[in-house]
Amino acid sequence: MTPRQKRFAFVGLGLLVLGVATALVLNAFQSNLVFFFTPTQVANGEVPKGRSFRIGGMVEDGSLRREADGLTVRFVVTDTAKRVPVVYKGILPDLFKEGKGAVAQGQLDADGTFVASEVLAKHDENYMPPEAAEALAKAKAAGAQSSNTLIVQP
Amino acid sequence: MIPEIGHFALILALCVALVQGTLPIYGAAVGNSRLMALASPAARCQFFLVLTAFGCLAYAFASKDFSVLYVAATSNSQLPLHYRLAAIWGAHEGSLLLWTFILTIWMFAVTLFSSHLPEAMRSRILGVMGLVSVGFLLFMLSVSNPFERLIPAAVEGRDLNPLLQDPGMVLHPPMLYMGYVGFSVAFAFALAALLGGNLDAAWARWSRPWTTVAWCFLTIGIALGSGWAYYELGWGGWWFWDPVENASFMPWLAGTALVHSLAVTDKRGGFKVWTVLLAIMAFSLSLLGTFLVRSGVLTSVHAFATDPKRGLFILSFLAVVIGGSLLLYAWRAPRVGLGGGFAPVSREGFLLANNVLLVVATGAVLLGTLYPLFLDALDLGKISVGPPYFDSVFVPLITPALFLMGVGPLAQWKKAEIPDLAKRVRWAAGVSMLTALGLPIVLGEWTPLLSLGFLLACWIVVTAVVSVREQLAHVVGGGIGTRLARLPRAYWGMLLAHCGIAVFVVGVTMVKGFETEQDVRMGMGDVATVGGYTFRFDGVQNVRGPNYTAVRGTFHVSRDGRETALLYPEKRRYTAQNQVMTEAAIDSGVVRDLYVSLGEPLEDGAWSVRLYHKPFVNWIWGGCLIMALGGALAVSDRRYRPAWRREPQVVPANAQLAGR
Repeated sequence: MTPRQKRFAFVGLGLLVLGVATALVLNAFQSNLVFFFTPTQVANGEVPKGRSFRIGGMVEDGSLRREADGLTVRFVVTDTAKRVPVVYKGILPDLFKEGKGAVAQGQLDADGTFVASEVLAKHDENYMPPEAAEALAKAKAAGAQSSNTLIVQP
Repeated sequence: MIPEIGHFALILALCVALVQGTLPIYGAAVGNSRLMALASPAARCQFFLVLTAFGCLAYAFASKDFSVLYVAATSNSQLPLHYRLAAIWGAHEGSLLLWTFILTIWMFAVTLFSSHLPEAMRSRILGVMGLVSVGFLLFMLSVSNPFERLIPAAVEGRDLNPLLQDPGMVLHPPMLYMGYVGFSVAFAFALAALLGGNLDAAWARWSRPWTTVAWCFLTIGIALGSGWAYYELGWGGWWFWDPVENASFMPWLAGTALVHSLAVTDKRGGFKVWTVLLAIMAFSLSLLGTFLVRSGVLTSVHAFATDPKRGLFILSFLAVVIGGSLLLYAWRAPRVGLGGGFAPVSREGFLLANNVLLVVATGAVLLGTLYPLFLDALDLGKISVGPPYFDSVFVPLITPALFLMGVGPLAQWKKAEIPDLAKRVRWAAGVSMLTALGLPIVLGEWTPLLSLGFLLACWIVVTAVVSVREQLAHVVGGGIGTRLARLPRAYWGMLLAHCGIAVFVVGVTMVKGFETEQDVRMGMGDVATVGGYTFRFDGVQNVRGPNYTAVRGTFHVSRDGRETALLYPEKRRYTAQNQVMTEAAIDSGVVRDLYVSLGEPLEDGAWSVRLYHKPFVNWIWGGCLIMALGGALAVSDRRYRPAWRREPQVVPANAQLAGR
């Protein structure tokens, strides 16, 4: 091989690896990016169907129910404007508490319940997950003029 | 008073660092040896000053001086002494001090082991390290001073995050930082070569051991972090592709590429420009990692908003270091030259391919880590990039690299023949294929990933055996033992590190393929079976720790009626922050871990419980340890010893190897 051909071979190899990597990255992004939505957005039907996403907000006080198997839990995530019922089977993280922030990842089922595959709680006593904080802030900004008594216990 | 001494020592250190970062480099440029001679004493002086500062902060923690804001924020009077000391690096300010301290340790080491370097080289290296140190000291003194007073003093400290109250905390951060900061030496070597415009095989030989040592520390540091997450977080995972983990993994990938590219520069004088670029990359990623983790950017980009000065400083510092070194690179790299030529199929060619793969993998991890931050910073929505992304990108990229790991050491430098290589590895290939297809069937389950894992692991080990056999053929005389001992340590180190990867791959494959996990509700005396082991729950009792109260469960684990282990997982409540922590109980073994952690209390004394059976999980960290041992063995090779300590005679095997 002449040096010129050799150089082309190397450049070609480099481009090939880069191309494969780009394809892999794009493909993985396509199917694995998880978007975040607030309960208000969920209520407005802005969320993707049949695809995993994250919701965040406060775990509503007094909403935590445990089913007879001891492992399935139901609770409500709210941004103070809208509420989303969540069901999760498994062990909740240590920092999960009613009245505190939480983020859940999963899908919405047909009757509007969020089936969580994973529940993430905040990191320490002073710290709110940024997603949850943002959901609350957004709802606060949007709901400032409408009403202050949106949370009505069912 | 003591904290003020520490603060003052830092200010003095900054002054010394400024001198160290400017005059010797200038001296080297104009050929003034009196200015160059300043470098070593300045570096040592800086080391003692930062040591003083570090000692002062340690004293403040040991004596529970809650009039120091940082001490009050990260410790508590009930916190045991060793955790109070580990709390030095428990948050942002102290971590920076640790970082700077370790930087000065490396500087000090450079002054000790650089007597064989040309004076201009040594002063440039220390000068560049001094400049890095200037950045960190300025950062500490301007916006994150660990000695800031809290007036009036707090009566009680806020305590260290309970997650961090663990032996892992004592070891993991210093190890990791030894690795991160160790790459600053390679970086300084690279910049010194760019400044001086001469980069030869001797340069590579000098910087190789430094890079390898840093790489070993980083490997151990990451493994410790991973093991810590495994038992402390209570989830039983060993790697989450969490941004914090990625931050340490990216410098490791770049560093691994650097170690290999340096080998080519050392042995063949090739890859020069590329090696320099990798050194810059590895250190830049270390800096990025430090800041990502410790500045609060990752938990939320808006942490910048709480202290915009800090964020601004970090961004400008990164811009100066990375931008500056890349500019220097663009300006001077053409003078360094490309180095010798080689055919695409040759050891250089394989190492180049391995380098490209590692760098592209680093890029993919970087993209997945930073992309959500960018979107968030630009207010384009919140997303998260989870493990599936990294798995599906990383595995295909790294698989060919692992394959090349087998062939690379067998290929000749400069030019190799594919038919010849194929002939030499046909047994290795056969054995690997058989293992890959047979082993999963023997184990009772077949999936493509299982086969792939076994194939790669087996391939690495068997080709290593082939390589040893071929090397022995070149060594004449003596029994098998003496002939083995005649092979250079650097060679054994490489093989050992590669086998470490194989052990790691086996661990990952087995855990991914055969782990069982179960979340169950268990009442007193209830029994659950996981992975062939029977767990019996014998209720809970209350226990007290030094700064927490806990509920401790008792689990009897048996297999086929024989008792295997007694496990005591705990649910702790740390009193200072009123925070609950799950403390998993693990019965560790060579071929399996049994893992129990308590969930929440249910009615009638029952608990939700998480049970895991993790086959071969310890091989993951064992593999990392073997890799690091391999690195250490390679560094101890006689060819890296300074000339005056090296024995005069050259072992024939050494010459043989160099010719391969």
